[in-house]
Amino acid sequence: MDTTSPTKARLVKRGWLTGFAQAIPIVLGYISIGIAFGVLAQKAGLSTPNTLLMSLLVYAGSSQLIAVGLFKAGVPALSIIATTFVVNLRHMLMSAAVSPYLRRWRKAELAAFAYQLTDETFAVHSVRLATGRPVKSEVFAINALAQVAWILGTWLGIMLGGLISDAQPLALDYALPAMFVALLVFQIKDRIQVAVALLAGLLAVGLLLSGVDRWNVMLATLIGASVGVSLEKWTKKRSS
Amino acid sequence: MDQKTIFLTILGMAVVTYIPRLLPVSLLSSRSLPPLIFDWLRYVPVAVLSAMLFPSIILQGHQVTFGLDNLFFWAAIPTLLVALKTRSLFGSVVVGMMVVAVARYISG
Repeated sequence: MDTTSPTKARLVKRGWLTGFAQAIPIVLGYISIGIAFGVLAQKAGLSTPNTLLMSLLVYAGSSQLIAVGLFKAGVPALSIIATTFVVNLRHMLMSAAVSPYLRRWRKAELAAFAYQLTDETFAVHSVRLATGRPVKSEVFAINALAQVAWILGTWLGIMLGGLISDAQPLALDYALPAMFVALLVFQIKDRIQVAVALLAGLLAVGLLLSGVDRWNVMLATLIGASVGVSLEKWTKKRSS
Repeated sequence: MDQKTIFLTILGMAVVTYIPRLLPVSLLSSRSLPPLIFDWLRYVPVAVLSAMLFPSIILQGHQVTFGLDNLFFWAAIPTLLVALKTRSLFGSVVVGMMVVAVARYISG
């Protein structure tokens, strides 16, 4: 029988280690996309400090890549900010979705957590948080490592410029899609969720193809989740 | 655009990105939600993950394609099977990346 309970310090330390392991796919993906961002930002005429600052302060990959394109095209500042807002609005849904699991957290901890909430950290956290309560240190380890990787990638892109244009032989560009496939599998527990996944995924594609390219993820999520909860209520009513 | 304007634009981007990340979690985590909202939120992860994933694996450019050259789609199948079987995030990602790397190597 194990009578010795791990001390708090040991729990925290173990949290950091598990967090690091969980973060590996994100790190691979972020370094490679970060490099692409760094290269493009330099080509678009952003200074090195400004490029790094964007990865530090904005820290949202797709919107950073879009913004770089807009800077290059000479789009006015306010439109760039407005576009960024629309593209990143989907984080609202993610922030709301994890909120029931962060009940006991202090305001400062929530503020720090929200700052590093990205598509990918959300994907990992939403699986972990729903299956119990990972220690805070694990959550923050994943977040910290992810952003360090993003900034490191950005910096490498700036330094190396066009020297390494090709991450393809290593398939680094597949790290994040593969991670999403796996995390989606871990999330799905019943048929309604399979239906929601297919519906939201196909809707996102359909909307994108019909020109709704900035709202597509949000709209598809709103509709998918609404259909899911309606199906759930409907099947419960029928079986009761 | 000069670097100072770019700097100010980045600050603006940072603010409009942080607010949607912060508001829901800081407002909702301290109160109990109506059951319907709580149930609805439980479907958000599945919905948002697939909404982000599907376009990246079934579109090439602006074209839906399931041809053999759409490696991302075909590599998703072994990735999915490994995830189902092993429940290992790392294992699934490694297998997915290996399939893509090997297929690229073979097709030159």
